[in-house]
Amino acid sequence: MKLAYWMYAGPAHIGTLRIASSFKNVHAIMHAPLGDDYFNVMRSMLERERDFTPVTTSVVDRNVLARGSQEKVVDNIVRKDQEESPDLIVLTPTCTSSILQEDLENFVERAQLDAKGDVMLADVNHYRVNELQAADRTLQQVVQFYIDKARKQGDLDTTKTAKPSVNILGITTLGFHNNHDRTELVRLMGDLGIEVNLVVPDGASVHDLKKLPQAWFNLAPYREIGPMTTQYLQAEFDQPTVEINPMGIVETARCIRAIQATLRAQGADVDYEPFIDEQTRFISNAAWFSRSIDCQNLTGKKAVVFGDNTHAAALTKVLTREMGIHVLLAGTYCKYDADWFREEVSEYCDEVLISEDHGAIADKIAQLEPAAIFGTQMERHVGKRLNIPCGVIAAPIHIQNFPVGYHPFVGYEGANQLVDLVYNSFTLGMEDHLLEIFGGHDTKDAITKTMSADTDLGWTTDGVKELNRIPGFVRGKVKRNTEKFARDRGISKIDAEVLYAAKEAVGA
Amino acid sequence: MTLAQAQPQSLEFDCETGNYHTFCPISCVAWLYQKIEDSFFLVIGTKTCGYFLQNAMGVMIFAEPRYAMAELEEADISAQLNDYEELKRLCLQIKRDRNPSVIVWIGTCTTEIIKTDLEGLAPKLEDEIGIPIVVARANGLDYAFTQGEDTVLAAMANRCPTSADVTTPEEKEERGGIQKFLGLGRKKTDTTTHSDADETHYHDHPNLVLFGSVPDPIVTQMNLELKKQGIKVGGWLPAKRYTELPVLDEGDYVIGMNPFLSRTATTLMRRRKCKLIGAPFPIGPDGTRAWIEKICSVFNIEPKGLEEREAKIWASLEDYIALIRGKSVYFMGDNLLEISLARFLIRCGMTVPEIGIPYMDKRYQAAELALLEKTCHEMNTALPKIIEKPDNYNQLQRIQATRPDLVITGMAHANPLEARGINTKWSVEFTFAQIHGFANARDILELVTRPLRRNNNLKEMGWDKLIKEEAKV
Ligand code: SF4
Ligand code: SF4
Repeated sequence: MKLAYWMYAGPAHIGTLRIASSFKNVHAIMHAPLGDDYFNVMRSMLERERDFTPVTTSVVDRNVLARGSQEKVVDNIVRKDQEESPDLIVLTPTCTSSILQEDLENFVERAQLDAKGDVMLADVNHYRVNELQAADRTLQQVVQFYIDKARKQGDLDTTKTAKPSVNILGITTLGFHNNHDRTELVRLMGDLGIEVNLVVPDGASVHDLKKLPQAWFNLAPYREIGPMTTQYLQAEFDQPTVEINPMGIVETARCIRAIQATLRAQGADVDYEPFIDEQTRFISNAAWFSRSIDCQNLTGKKAVVFGDNTHAAALTKVLTREMGIHVLLAGTYCKYDADWFREEVSEYCDEVLISEDHGAIADKIAQLEPAAIFGTQMERHVGKRLNIPCGVIAAPIHIQNFPVGYHPFVGYEGANQLVDLVYNSFTLGMEDHLLEIFGGHDTKDAITKTMSADTDLGWTTDGVKELNRIPGFVRGKVKRNTEKFARDRGISKIDAEVLYAAKEAVGA
Repeated sequence: MTLAQAQPQSLEFDCETGNYHTFCPISCVAWLYQKIEDSFFLVIGTKTCGYFLQNAMGVMIFAEPRYAMAELEEADISAQLNDYEELKRLCLQIKRDRNPSVIVWIGTCTTEIIKTDLEGLAPKLEDEIGIPIVVARANGLDYAFTQGEDTVLAAMANRCPTSADVTTPEEKEERGGIQKFLGLGRKKTDTTTHSDADETHYHDHPNLVLFGSVPDPIVTQMNLELKKQGIKVGGWLPAKRYTELPVLDEGDYVIGMNPFLSRTATTLMRRRKCKLIGAPFPIGPDGTRAWIEKICSVFNIEPKGLEEREAKIWASLEDYIALIRGKSVYFMGDNLLEISLARFLIRCGMTVPEIGIPYMDKRYQAAELALLEKTCHEMNTALPKIIEKPDNYNQLQRIQATRPDLVITGMAHANPLEARGINTKWSVEFTFAQIHGFANARDILELVTRPLRRNNNLKEMGWDKLIKEEAKV
């Protein structure tokens, strides 16, 4: 047992469901107790999804426990197959129901007899892996399933497309700014004259997966979700992989050069140098910003970076190389992939921290006192407490990470966005500081006084106590209304009773 | 609990035993830890439980929380580790860091499945570490959403002292019981302005304890409301502090604030030998009046001014009621407040085709169901169909077919329904808003009418359907 207050990555089934519900026309059946089905809430609320989340919980309750779940799970799969004719139904337990140690593989076989669509069991160990690892694995499993299926049916065409083409792998629902990254990557490929063969899994149809081998290479921008699939495709079809996250000007250029090398190796005569140069020096505002006087003011400022591998590593590089900011500490919560992270960031920061314990990071921040933090929502709150500004650069996902406007993190537009994020974080910190010095903040509350200054009205202690329980933003209004009410009725002492009588009368 | 023969109802009940969405009952931790200020809640479960608390409830554990997960790891599940030693280690750490007056262990599905004997372990550990440990099995196998609170309060009911346990005057006062009769006002905190002199206004009646976790302002309002009738509230379960749990003696009267507290009611009756006052719940002016009248009638007190008060509240609500009169509202079912809310909204002139509800205790809710029926007759509207454990998919078909004016639903379905031009309100808002008592009826209508008012604002734009094709719901 361990005492836990906060998790950076969710449980495994969340990862599996993220993959399943990213595909078009795929449904997931979650075999779990009633309260485990909050994935639907997350997707519908955080991502403001317009469609019903294609996940149905096959509810495990006392009765099901007593009678065994097979019948219920099989019924629910077959029922969903009839109701919505999905191409694929993915069955997943949660860490809770996986304790039951049922032969879910057998449930799936049974259901497949009656279901017209495909049925598969997500093959994940719910106690050993987290959300990110499970997502990586499930994506690979679905891809392999459809490649195998096509091969069996003699329907696997591995001829490369005529023009250079790419598969973009790892874009998922509930991914950190993934929806905007997708748009940016597709645009970037277009600028490079590369056709997008498939984007997977976001919005993809499982029937198209057999076309994956036709692309000239795979681009997996995220370290967490995608690499298992690219490795599989590499091993199976010798399909080259570019696994560079194009975040920031330098890494975007490195990513484009790696693509160039891959394409040239396959005989394409491409030269992206002029494009990189044009973008870097004249089009992107990010490079110009680095050169500008504003950025000078950031030189040598101290920052702490913490997040998932992809974003923490990328941001550490951007801060040090492109903005001259001193990264005191770079950290990741992807413990299972720590070596990669160390390798990536060691030369760009004083210290590396690998931890899933939010307390350890908070302590470090308190001790290092950086001028800004770039972390997750958790570090943002730590920053609030310590009065250090924080830019949010990584999941756990939060509704604020689904802005209505366009905010990619990758490519040249992503680089611009990063500049804004970094610059605003530091300057906001500065503003706060100035406000503090000049006492510019709103004076807290005049309401705590027992007596209203302007009248003969008195508030009793219990009246004040009740008043203080009313949320701050309406308290002033309630107070005014109550005093008016009291005055109208010639009441001179306002206690809790008068307060509520007034509330009732005014409907305040 | 075993149900006695339900009273003959002409309401129609059905149980779909479907796949439906609601929150896990362990979510009660989110409001109970705030309510009981000297408590610590330890949820003994898996990552799934922890991530739920962190995420779906929007309760992120940022500062110094008074709840935590005891996360079960592989070695716990396979019983390689000793539960007692593990729990002792964590509880000692909690004692050291937070020193709460009580630790509440919240069991989960996992402790049920691996059959951890929490009730067996607690007394021994409690002795060893010197902090009371209350065990509530708020798991998702047996309960839905708000019933989590029920399991905690039922467990706490067993910890309320009897007057024989409470000997010092200070403690008597703390327990909110009979201190005023002894003339011992609490000097330092002054309590209220209506001090000892007011004692004379109270009738001489048996001890009355209210159960249900409601926000402090509601506590004050209900105390005042009953005081107007000369009834003195002997205490609340739960109180603001664990050390202030009310005194409960055999024969004391108890009444519930919420429809989801049937286990607590049963425990109070069977274990504590208290007398349960069965009444509709104090939600809406109609329910509040019925609730107070019932208490009065049990104590043989002639209620004063309730009729006028109710009428005045209704009159003050007219601007909101005008917006909803004649409109229909559909309850998908989430927090067990459905029957009371439906009854109030029908009284407001709305029609209710269907009430989904995760669990229906026909005996504990008997008075509420009777009032619902009576209200329908008086308002001359059809009786709703009550569906226990509904199937959400089937419900969505019915919603699409009948297109109600408003759907009160869990969070998972709200945005997709809105995208299809159907107005929604989150059921969970009614769980957290202050909805009890006379004055707060307006707050309920504020929630109910918000989507309708929003629509009036957007009407001109023609933005009522924001999906391309009719999805196959
Ligand atoms: S339903 Fe059970 S396993 Fe799921 S969150 Fe609730 S207690 Fe935990
Ligand atoms: S402001 Fe903080 S506590 Fe509130 S929802 Fe956002 S992250 Fe959570």
